[in-house]
Amino acid sequence: MCLSIPGKVISVEDGKAIVSVGGTEYETSLQLVEDVHVGDYLLIHTGFALEKISEEEAEETLRLFNALEDMNERGDGE
Amino acid sequence: MKYIDEFRDKELVRNLVKRIGEVSHRGVSLMEVCGGHTWAIQKFGIPSLLPANIRLLSGPGCPVCVTSKRFIDQVVAYSRLSDVVICSFGDLIRVPGSSSTLEKEKSRGADVRIVYSVLDALALAEQNPGKKVVFPGIGFETTAPGTAAGIKDAAQKGLKNFFVLSSHKVMPPAMAALIDEGVKIDGYIAPGHVSVITGSGIYRDFPKKYGVGCVIAGFEPVDILQAVYMLLRQINQQRFGVEIQYSRVVKPEGNPIARQAMEEVFTTRDDWWRGFGVIPASGLVLNEKYAHFDAEKMIPVEVEETVEEKGCICGEVLKGLKRPTDCKLFGKVCNTTNPVGSCMVSHEGACNAYFRFHS
Ligand code: SF4
Repeated sequence: MCLSIPGKVISVEDGKAIVSVGGTEYETSLQLVEDVHVGDYLLIHTGFALEKISEEEAEETLRLFNALEDMNERGDGE
Repeated sequence: MKYIDEFRDKELVRNLVKRIGEVSHRGVSLMEVCGGHTWAIQKFGIPSLLPANIRLLSGPGCPVCVTSKRFIDQVVAYSRLSDVVICSFGDLIRVPGSSSTLEKEKSRGADVRIVYSVLDALALAEQNPGKKVVFPGIGFETTAPGTAAGIKDAAQKGLKNFFVLSSHKVMPPAMAALIDEGVKIDGYIAPGHVSVITGSGIYRDFPKKYGVGCVIAGFEPVDILQAVYMLLRQINQQRFGVEIQYSRVVKPEGNPIARQAMEEVFTTRDDWWRGFGVIPASGLVLNEKYAHFDAEKMIPVEVEETVEEKGCICGEVLKGLKRPTDCKLFGKVCNTTNPVGSCMVSHEGACNAYFRFHS
């Protein structure tokens, strides 16, 4: 139930979006997010988009060694 | 699939495992408190990749598992009323109550429908004005905003036949209760999809007050391993903090729109958790303004006396004190076809994940 999945926005209309999750299309409510456009990736949970997924941040996480070193420099966050 | 395949990359996983080996110097227990993490950790066999001195514990992160039997009994009682339709998430219908389940009631003729979203329940209420539609609201901060949005919609539409029985819960009080009870935890793999809504601020107390670091993690193997690495670094340096590994989705400030929806509709109350008993200010219930959508207040029903199952150690499992395999009933008496306790029912339950991926 808590499993939430990334879906790609295919169309936006009337506070709702059609998203594609690995080829299957679902309708999702946009009540909880702002500024959604076709092509964005959304995190979907129980029929609601909870957040947009950031491409830049995803790449940052994947640049693993850089990221790990980065963290060393940055210290321990909050 | 984008945002999934990259985070399952074998080469990255190998590198991370090597890195973890380099910084793992002593025995540590790291706990995840999200059902999604429990499932992913078992599915991808993460424990077998880690050095033997890193113990991963599952905490109270499966919403169905921590829900009280009394809640199930109450929904079962509603399902027996002839003018009520129950619209439930699929996981819930197989959870054993004291004498029945929603699934059994359905086979006896009760109107129990499985829905994917509260919005499906809302649509059903609109289509069936002569019926009372009851939505059992379960889940943490991830799911509660959706329920809140559904209730706000119902108010806007002026629906008179849509009701929520809320067992929604919030995570930090349970995480604190575990430490207060003396469960030994060296770091929290903090729940990614709770944090999408709340942001990282809700974990502030853990490093400061308890000396326990929190890393908010995603759900793929790379995410989980990276979070483990980050926690080990905090432990080695004895500098505890709140870090976000899952930064592609989680912002430090969370999702303010979703939080506002929750605050508009719910108020906190003391709530009962399996394994813990009552935890102060850990539950969400509809506030005064939305009380006319509260099933508890609007649909009086007699609920049978609660009978707990014998031999089930779900409570200990949910606190990370016992493993599912420590339970005498595991596998033989209790399995995914015949679940005895709630931890075996939900895909996010530790017993269910162990059973599916280890037997
Ligand atoms: S195996 Fe079954 S009976 Fe044992 S703790 Fe898990 S859910 Fe309860």
